[in-house]
Amino acid sequence: MNPMSTLAIASEDNTGNDPRRRAPLVIGPQTDVTVTESVCRVPEQVSTPRAWYVALLVSMGLTAVFFGTIVYLITTGIGVLGNNRPVMWAFPIVNFVFWIGIGHAGTLISAILFLFRQQWRTAINRAAEAMTIFAVVCALIFPGIHLGRIWLAYWMAPYPNQMSLWPNFRSPLMWDVFAVNTYFLVSAMFWYLGMIPDLATLRDRAKTRLRQIAYGLLSLGWSGSARQWQVYQQAYLLLAALATPLVVSVHSVVSTDFAVAQLPGWHTTIFPPYFVAGAIFSGFAMVVTLMVPARAYFGLKHLVTIRHLDNVNKIMLATSCIVAYSYAMELFIAWYSGNSHERFVHLNRAFGPYAWTYWLMVACNVLLPQLFWLKRCRTTPWMMFLIAAAVNVGMWLERFVIIVVSLSRDYLPANWAMYYPTIVDVLMLLGSFGLFFTLFLLFCRYLPMVAIWEVKHVLPREEVHHGGP
Amino acid sequence: MEAREQQRPSAGLAGLLAEFASAEAVRAAASALRNAGWTRWDVHSPFPVHGIESAMGLRRSGLPWLVLAAALAGVLLATGMQLWTNGIDYPMIISGKPLLSLPTSVPIMFELAVLLAALAAFGGALVLGGLPLFGHPAFSSLRFRRATTDGFFVFLSADDPRFDPAAAQTLLQSAGAVSVEPLQLDASGRQPPSAVYWALATTVVLALLPPVLVTWYRAGPKPNPRIHLIQDMDFQEKYLPQGSSPLFADGRAMRPPAPGTIAQGALDADEHLYAGKVAGQWATRFPVPPTAAIMERGKARYAIFCAPCHGLVGEGGASGITSARAVKRREPNWVLPLSLHTPTVREQPVGQLFHTITHGVRTMPAHGAQIPAEDRWAIVLYVRALQRSQNATLDDVPEAVRPRLRP
Repeated sequence: MNPMSTLAIASEDNTGNDPRRRAPLVIGPQTDVTVTESVCRVPEQVSTPRAWYVALLVSMGLTAVFFGTIVYLITTGIGVLGNNRPVMWAFPIVNFVFWIGIGHAGTLISAILFLFRQQWRTAINRAAEAMTIFAVVCALIFPGIHLGRIWLAYWMAPYPNQMSLWPNFRSPLMWDVFAVNTYFLVSAMFWYLGMIPDLATLRDRAKTRLRQIAYGLLSLGWSGSARQWQVYQQAYLLLAALATPLVVSVHSVVSTDFAVAQLPGWHTTIFPPYFVAGAIFSGFAMVVTLMVPARAYFGLKHLVTIRHLDNVNKIMLATSCIVAYSYAMELFIAWYSGNSHERFVHLNRAFGPYAWTYWLMVACNVLLPQLFWLKRCRTTPWMMFLIAAAVNVGMWLERFVIIVVSLSRDYLPANWAMYYPTIVDVLMLLGSFGLFFTLFLLFCRYLPMVAIWEVKHVLPREEVHHGGP
Repeated sequence: MEAREQQRPSAGLAGLLAEFASAEAVRAAASALRNAGWTRWDVHSPFPVHGIESAMGLRRSGLPWLVLAAALAGVLLATGMQLWTNGIDYPMIISGKPLLSLPTSVPIMFELAVLLAALAAFGGALVLGGLPLFGHPAFSSLRFRRATTDGFFVFLSADDPRFDPAAAQTLLQSAGAVSVEPLQLDASGRQPPSAVYWALATTVVLALLPPVLVTWYRAGPKPNPRIHLIQDMDFQEKYLPQGSSPLFADGRAMRPPAPGTIAQGALDADEHLYAGKVAGQWATRFPVPPTAAIMERGKARYAIFCAPCHGLVGEGGASGITSARAVKRREPNWVLPLSLHTPTVREQPVGQLFHTITHGVRTMPAHGAQIPAEDRWAIVLYVRALQRSQNATLDDVPEAVRPRLRP
């Protein structure tokens, strides 16, 4: 146990479902002070633990590899990737869809669960929103570098130009530009707005002048006045209400990149709900992958309790079943439609040269998560960590199966070819994980990882609640 | 401002900061203050206190209306942008859908509505919440630092018209304050230190340097080739014409043709047919017999190769489809093609017309490579017919047809 997690934690089990007694959202006798203390001790620690430095060094090394390969790609040309006819959308687009999907869980936790008044979200929403933003950063890079001539990316913007041309707004790729950038901006605003009161807490607790200035600037002079809180809560609710349909729209728009194309295996109406469910599934898997080590390492087990993880795992189980249904429905429609091309594409996925990716995907996304029917698997950190890691792999493979396997064998057998990634493709995928973890580690070290004011808001208090307006 | 200073009973007093033990206590105090008729005060708490708005008598802000307006503006902006760019300014027909098709505009209408509404919600929360706020009198109190952890405070400003330190102190204490602290006005005047402005100004100036350098470097003549940052495929590993190569003894990259090679067109010895000249002068007669079949052939070739610019009648200007489009789009560099009926063209010998079609003239490109020589002559024949049709006199009309002409 590292020196940061010194708070005495009552080994109280809060995963029970006794309807006569509301399960506590935090463990142990917590007050406003102890909550503040246990969250703020992470950004305030004087000596950073060595393990954090090691993790950061590894992540930053991978980030350097990422940007190194991007520079190599730009200076040399798109030929350094394995993309080639007929698989013109390969690793970069697979990675794009994978990362954008990861982000969806953050918005779901912060916005949708907020609207449904699921108060258990308060312990994990901050970290999940941070995960969203960092995942969208990774996602935004891939279509950019996939352009080949990245310096012409501004052609996607609708501005009057001497070529007298406008973007084609009827193309789903343009919808994508608007959807993903909107998603990034709205998530960033939601995250930052939610963090302002906690940044003020860090400002007021700061011991050094530098921290005081830095957190003082970031908290914008927040004084916690009732007038500020009133408009703040209104804005938070409005942003949640805006982010909720947005999160559903983003992956739906991403799915139309495929569904609007005439390719067998892509041209199906099931894609938008199927993609959204898959995105939430993969995002929650990433939440578990990140939060299980982080809560143990940073001493937050009493705030991010087993009950939280249990709930997250239940959502994973539900979305896993939706994804399984989608896989089954794709196969059924391929057979029922009587379209020989559709039938061929699905047989090719299951029994063609890439069959191992299909069956590994089914194992990771459909079979393994069924273990979450067992309470023991839902409440044991190392088990859920392993299952969530497998789901991450499975969801990446799902995008590979959809994109690469469909493209590699289309209508014309003369056009068929196998796709193999190059070393640059593989390094870019690893490098994007490096960037993601670098940002997440910096976030954990310097910003409040749990929404302090929101947890205080849901602390059990012995007070009579007066009716509000 | 000065009048307000004079009203203050104790100069330099910013207000009173009272601490309360719990959220209930501060809520009860808020009711008491409100009932006592004070106006310039606020409650500070680490989290939103339940029911504080009604206790303080705060009215809901107009933020939802602002957000709604921003969302509607987003829908209008997206609709207008898509319909105007793809439907009106540069009509783009995609998959046979109508130019003003609404369904394909919906995703961007939705995204822009959400984006503008979210910006309004975020910006509105800051502006209506008075953020960013550089200073507040309460920030000078060490005790107030607990307002973001577990402290509940009321700050009663000296700006309040009814402010009286003694009465306020009594009121706050009777409302249950744990402590009441008088706070002085900040001598520095709540302004950011000048270093902040200097740092901002320096950053702006430094940020302007790169564009200034780039502009300076790109403007005006330079003795050396400019930096070619984006290479695209402008410099390729290949030999250019007249380049040198160490591979060959003569040091040239271009190889001379093998002995006995005949260049394209070198066998076209008939000067009249292929060059439109007779004894070095423009031919005035056709090298092919001007039959009706050749006239028809010329008419068809003219419609394919010439009419797009010169128009079907040959009147030039904007009568051809390329020029019509260029004029409609106000292309700045477009040169309108000449009318074939101007005296200059009409007086040219047929050989010169033939030469113009073959090699082009001014902005007109050469067509020799596209149209066989016989067809070019056919076109010349048809052009002559067109010219005559546009400058005809009564003498050109056969006697039998003349009665049918209307004046």
